[in-house]
Amino acid sequence: MRKKIIIVLPAYNEEKVIGKVINKLKRTIGNLPKQQYEIVVVDDCSFDNTLEVIKGKGVTVLRHIINRGLGGALKTGFNYARSQNADILVSMDSDGQHEPSDIKKLIVPILESKADIIIGKRNIREMPFDRKIITFFSSLFTLLFFGIWCSDTQSGFRTFSKKAINNIEIKTQRMEVSSEFFSEIAKHKLKFMEVPIKVIYTEYSRLKGQPNLNSIKILLRLLLRLAR
Amino acid sequence: MSFLLPIQLIFLTFLLFAGSRAFLRLKEGNITLGAFLFWVGLWILATFSVLDPEFTSFMAKKIGIGRGTDVVIYISIALLFYLIFRTNVMMENLKHEITKLTTEIALLKNLKGKKKKYNR
Repeated sequence: MRKKIIIVLPAYNEEKVIGKVINKLKRTIGNLPKQQYEIVVVDDCSFDNTLEVIKGKGVTVLRHIINRGLGGALKTGFNYARSQNADILVSMDSDGQHEPSDIKKLIVPILESKADIIIGKRNIREMPFDRKIITFFSSLFTLLFFGIWCSDTQSGFRTFSKKAINNIEIKTQRMEVSSEFFSEIAKHKLKFMEVPIKVIYTEYSRLKGQPNLNSIKILLRLLLRLAR
Repeated sequence: MSFLLPIQLIFLTFLLFAGSRAFLRLKEGNITLGAFLFWVGLWILATFSVLDPEFTSFMAKKIGIGRGTDVVIYISIALLFYLIFRTNVMMENLKHEITKLTTEIALLKNLKGKKKKYNR
């Protein structure tokens, strides 16, 4: 029996690229393992034409009435996957920096029951220097607080098994969700694995990324969430 | 009985007001009995300090701090930090609740859209 795989794209003001990203994703799905795929775009209350662009693409659109950040958008994706009884959830960035053909590498270990969460590991050597530093400190933080070493905690390309979909409860709103996943991995004893992925760094994706100073804010918000 | 100074009267009025607020919040069910006892205990201690300023010196000796005024300042600062922390936590919880609502609305809208298509 075919597994139901939901691919979640959290989007916020991505009118320039989201159309191309969806087209590429749709073309790639034909070459992925034969399963039942559904593309879900969570529009996090974009104020540009993102909604108009995605409406004609034949994908499921979940629109937030107010902006809730990446954590909020992923929470909506998880809730939708649960409501659809999905077997696998794939989350990837909607700015075009992830290569859809890598989905295969990220779902096969779940199909073979080898892992519950797989994180697409970017090549650290290819990262800009400032990102390398932030990535290292995020990994260190994850090790200290959750006892898990992950070389790229902030990667937005992830896959989740049914067990992970049903157990993970996202409580953070914004970018700190990337670290929150590790507290959930530890809490629910989920099997975790990293798989190398290709990343397409463009001027657009670099501009859309988080300013470096935001990392401190993200860390503080996560600490507050942990201390409540 | 000696008369109270104007500043003592002002403080006592404020403490009475603060105590009544805590009681009302408990009655409304907005705070737990533990939180109510904490606030009332704190206001009672403050009332003792206003009525008899020597009380703070007594407290200072017990805790091991030099002057009574210092005890009041230290406790006030610690309390303010705690309150800011609680307010931040409360704000985080509120944000979480708003996200929950936003998520539910997004899913309901999607469901409605699907039903409409089916009816056509």
